[in-house]
Amino acid sequence: MRNGQENPVTDIQQAAPVNALHELLPPLTRNEASVEANRCLMCFDAPCTHACPTHIDIPKFIKKIATENLLGSARTILESNLLGATCARVCPVQELCEGACVLGAEHKPIAIGRLQRYAMDFAYGKGLSLFNPAKPSGKKVAVIGAGPAGLSCAGELSKRGHSVTIFEKRELPGGLSTYGIIALREPADIALAEAAMIEKLGVRVERGKELKNERMMADLQSEFDAVFLAVGLGATPNLEIPGEEQILDGLEYIEQSKLAVSNLVVGRDVVVIGAGNTAIDCATVARRLGATTVTMIYRRTEHEMTAYPHEYEFIKQEGVNFLFLTQPIRVHAENGVVKSLQCVRMTLGSPDASGRPSPQPIPGSEFSIPTDQVVKAIGQVKPSLASLLKLSTEKGFIQVDKNMETSLPRIFAGGDCTRARGAASTVMAVQDGKLAAFSIHERLVAHG
Amino acid sequence: MADLSINFAGIRSPNPFWLASAPPSNSGMQVHRAFEAGWGGAVWKTIGAPVLNVSNRYGAWQYGGQRMLGINNVELISDRPLDINLSEIAEVKRAWPDRAVIVSAMVESKRQVWHDIIRRIQDTGADGIELNYGCPHGMSERGMGSAVGQVPEYCEEITRWVMEAAKIPVIVKLTPNISDIVMPARAAIAAGANAVSLINTVNSIVGVDLDTLEITPNIAGKGGHGGYAGPAVKPIALNMLAAVAKDSAIKESKVPISGMGGISTWRDAAEFLLLGAGSLQVCTAVMHYGFRIVEDLCDGLSNWMDEKGYRQISDVIARSLHRITDFNNFDLSFRAVARIDQQKCIRCDLCYVACNDTAHQCIDLIDHQGHVVPPHSYEVQSNGKEEAVNTRPKVVVREEDCVGCRLCFNICPVEDCIHMLEEPSGRPPVTWGQLSESQREVTDDWVQMKAYRQKMGIHIP
Repeated sequence: MRNGQENPVTDIQQAAPVNALHELLPPLTRNEASVEANRCLMCFDAPCTHACPTHIDIPKFIKKIATENLLGSARTILESNLLGATCARVCPVQELCEGACVLGAEHKPIAIGRLQRYAMDFAYGKGLSLFNPAKPSGKKVAVIGAGPAGLSCAGELSKRGHSVTIFEKRELPGGLSTYGIIALREPADIALAEAAMIEKLGVRVERGKELKNERMMADLQSEFDAVFLAVGLGATPNLEIPGEEQILDGLEYIEQSKLAVSNLVVGRDVVVIGAGNTAIDCATVARRLGATTVTMIYRRTEHEMTAYPHEYEFIKQEGVNFLFLTQPIRVHAENGVVKSLQCVRMTLGSPDASGRPSPQPIPGSEFSIPTDQVVKAIGQVKPSLASLLKLSTEKGFIQVDKNMETSLPRIFAGGDCTRARGAASTVMAVQDGKLAAFSIHERLVAHG
Repeated sequence: MADLSINFAGIRSPNPFWLASAPPSNSGMQVHRAFEAGWGGAVWKTIGAPVLNVSNRYGAWQYGGQRMLGINNVELISDRPLDINLSEIAEVKRAWPDRAVIVSAMVESKRQVWHDIIRRIQDTGADGIELNYGCPHGMSERGMGSAVGQVPEYCEEITRWVMEAAKIPVIVKLTPNISDIVMPARAAIAAGANAVSLINTVNSIVGVDLDTLEITPNIAGKGGHGGYAGPAVKPIALNMLAAVAKDSAIKESKVPISGMGGISTWRDAAEFLLLGAGSLQVCTAVMHYGFRIVEDLCDGLSNWMDEKGYRQISDVIARSLHRITDFNNFDLSFRAVARIDQQKCIRCDLCYVACNDTAHQCIDLIDHQGHVVPPHSYEVQSNGKEEAVNTRPKVVVREEDCVGCRLCFNICPVEDCIHMLEEPSGRPPVTWGQLSESQREVTDDWVQMKAYRQKMGIHIP
């Protein structure tokens, strides 16, 4: 805005509608919710409930919407999943509950996510306190990280009477829900309200506190009866190509779009490196904030991309271009201004360690994409905490047993930092936190 | 194409569909438009005694997101002045000579007053008169409507007065708010009525508002019973229609019956005809969707008749009536068992829970290894659509234990998924009536009954 006259890029940005990144789906109206809730067959031992990682009793909460018992509906959701408001928005429902809906095969599955949001909006809109604190147990638990796994674990433990302190390295709680999911899908205030609800359950959140070394861990272990690590993953890894310093980090790009959108300068011709869900979010931000062209480049093909099919469909509708079998090799900049991204064509070879065909560069196929902004979203590095604390790992992730306990006793872990198997998602993190809370509770009660 | 025309007690109509005496037939303008839409006839909204109406007079019963499965009303008879109604009736009849114009009437229970109204109606050129002995609210408090229909003696006496003056066919409309509707029907026929019609509305209270604790609908803080109609009352109407149609005295009189009560589609219409109705009256469905519905009522009925090879309405009337009988005459050896079509089953497991909790516990969940498993048999870590769908057990009926109650069939949300297979029981047909006559000890005594079951190989799990 300040440079509006000189900078054509910002002009385009201004031309974009102000609400370009506002929550995409409107809330259901009362009548829409009623019609949809009544459409639910109320399956017994329902497959949607099985498919939900937190096993919310979905037919139960939906029928409560149908009978206009919204308080009961919200409680049903939160009993299984304390982060129901976030999950209602960000869950890949097509792969989970809605994907398993018995009406999906020949009809339209029930809009479970949106109904869940309807019940959650009701509870948060009324500021309801749905759970009463239990009698204090006298036990103390430290939770590292206020993301979905940490909040879920803390909330469940607090409900059981334990004194819980969360140590969060950032200023705001919520983890990726606050910082890393575009507002189109989840506005930051939803994640913050959810964290505030957990705090209302009696959980203390210490902000700006990071667990950095074994000594700090030892202090925690002497002060607390158990520790839960929910530190998530690290930064975006390096591409190790010349000009890398010109490339923007995808997670930071999203964070700015969410929390400081006026500071975010979006290019005219943006290239996003990567084809996962974060890459798609970056492309969405660029497109919606005024980029003329957005091109996603990925070294494999659409069959190997990690983005959910529905996300891929969505981004194609947004008018984003794809270049598959393409790998960046150099950023070309003049006077600190990006001019183009040099790439090479790839071909698929034999399967690599991930089981996917390994991409090989085709000699002599180098070409250049004109661009003024390059964003990378190629995953996150493994948690460094594992080696700092000398925890056993599995594929670089913190290793846990079925009770979510690490190789060190009374140190539990969950969420993305342990996701050696399965897809990293908010709802999986919530379930990890919940299961860890059950294990910790059992341990604290059984062993005193 | 089937001939849909009827001659009902001398009243001719190009199709059997008449607007019932109700708000849709409240004025000449409305009946005019209904005839333009194709209605075969109209029973004019009841005229007679002077009245004043209230607001919030209709209340609806909604269920499962469906609007107006039933409607209840405290609307009275026509609140338009008598002379205006009579002149509009005359006008409509002049404009529509081929349609049936029947006038519903209700006046004070005085011979002279009834003679008067009958004569004034006849002067309009109307084709028939319907005596409203059914209205359950308001008018009944003034000794009219259902106050007459509920007492066969009143019903007979007033019908006699009417018949003294009537020169056109008279239909007596009966109330369902009585223990046996056959009694007033017989009374009307004994007094010389040319036809009966049923059912009028059922006494009802729609509900209570849980915010205000007021009655629904709220009439200045009060509410009360009103007449209930619409799809929800159809089974009640069919039963009363069959009861009247089967009664030997009524059968002998050959008096036709005009059927109504929840007719919404041609399918409902065909069912009323099959159980003995000779003309059909419709109100709630018209109040929900307008006069235009008559097109499919006629078209659907005609196509069905063509398909079945019925050329005229009289081929259909009472065709299924002989099948209606008492439990005493049912074949106890008849056996049906439920079978689930695994190709069509969507595994909602509603049949499982219904059978297991409330019926005869003969549906099993079978896993992929063929083992019977309890519900909820998956690990807490299991999730995702693939696992949820691919590990879901089948629902299978244990046919040897199935008593054929038909609950699963009724609740299954998938068309043609559960079949009631009629399987020979291997026992000779016998009814309770026959059994109690031939082997009284079996029907009177549990010990004998057990011995009889054993002998006949009757297995009740």
